[in-house]
Amino acid sequence: MATALSPVVLWAVILAAGVGTYFLRLSFIPLFGRFEQVPPRVERVLRLVPAAVLAALVFPAIFAPDGQVALSIDNARLLAGAIAGVVAWRTENMVATIVVGMGTLWALGAVLP
Amino acid sequence: MRLPPADFWAGARDVVPVLLGNMPFALVFGATAVAVGLTTAQTLGSSVFIFGGAAQLAAVQVLDRDAPAVVVLLTALVVNARHVMYSASIAPYFRRFSRRQRWGYAYLLTDPAYALSITEFHDRTETDARRWYYLGVAVPLWVNWQIWTVAGVLLGASLPAWLQVDFVVPLIFLSLLVPTIEDRATGVTAAAAGAIAVVGVGLPYQLGLLAGALVGTAVGLASEEAA
Repeated sequence: MATALSPVVLWAVILAAGVGTYFLRLSFIPLFGRFEQVPPRVERVLRLVPAAVLAALVFPAIFAPDGQVALSIDNARLLAGAIAGVVAWRTENMVATIVVGMGTLWALGAVLP
Repeated sequence: MRLPPADFWAGARDVVPVLLGNMPFALVFGATAVAVGLTTAQTLGSSVFIFGGAAQLAAVQVLDRDAPAVVVLLTALVVNARHVMYSASIAPYFRRFSRRQRWGYAYLLTDPAYALSITEFHDRTETDARRWYYLGVAVPLWVNWQIWTVAGVLLGASLPAWLQVDFVVPLIFLSLLVPTIEDRATGVTAAAAGAIAVVGVGLPYQLGLLAGALVGTAVGLASEEAA
C-alpha cells in the first residue's frame, strides 16, 4: 500500500488542507458582531456532517475491506467491527473499542482458516 | 521565567484524560501515514498544519486507496467542516481577546479544546481567566499530538503485517461515530451515508466516501423535515 502522488503534490495537499482547516476554525471568530450566529439552515447541515462522514469512513472498512462487499463469515472485520461497535456504544471509550476490535480480529484470524 | 497562572493549570488538568485518549490516535496516524508512503516530515507536517486527527486519518485512508490529490484534500476539509460550528459558538467569548490572540487561538480550536473551554467559559467570566484556561487546554493538546505522531512514525516501521494495524483506523472512526448519533436524524444520516459509501466502494477516485457523506447529510436533512 502506497500513494502514487509525488512528494510535491503531497506537500501541496498537506498545506492546502492545513490552510483550509485554519480558515474553517477561524471563520466566525473575526466576524463576530456582524453575524451573531450561524444561519439555522447551515447549522442543521453542520450538525449532521460528522455522523455522515464518520459512517462513510467506517462502513466500507468493515463491510468491504478488500474493495468488494463481503457479508460472509470469512470477513473477520465484519464480526470484529460489530463487536467493537457494541463496545463503542456501551463505553464511549476509544481505547476499549480498539482493544476489543483488534482482539476479536486476531482471535478470528487464529480460528478461521 | 514566570509560570503561567492558575487558570492555565486548571485547563491543563482538565485536558489530561483527553491527552491519554489522543495517544493511540496520533500513534496510529503516524504509523499508517508512513505505511502509505508519507515521509516523516510530511507526517509531522500534517500534524502541525492540519492538527486534526480525524481529518488526517481520513486523508491517509483515501491516500491508501490511491485517490487523486483533490479527493484527499476534499476529504480532509469535509471532515473538518464541523469546526465552523465551534468557531461560531466560541466567537462571542473570543471577542475581548486582542486581534492577534483571536487569530492565533483559532489555529488551536480542536474538538476537545472547544468542548472543554465552552463549558468552562460560562463559569470563568474574566477575560484573562478564559484566555489562560483555553491555552491550558489547547497547548498540551498540541504538544501531545506532535510527540505521539513522531512516536507513531518510529513505531510504524517495525509493525509486522499479521497485526493488521490498518484496522485500528476504522475502529477509531467507529468510536468517534457512535457519540455523534444522538437522535433519529443523525442515525438516519449515518445509516444512509454508510450504505452509500459501501455501495460506492468501487467508484473511481475514491468518490464513494464523499458521495456517502453528501447523500447521507441530504437524507438526514430530509428526514428531519419530514418529521
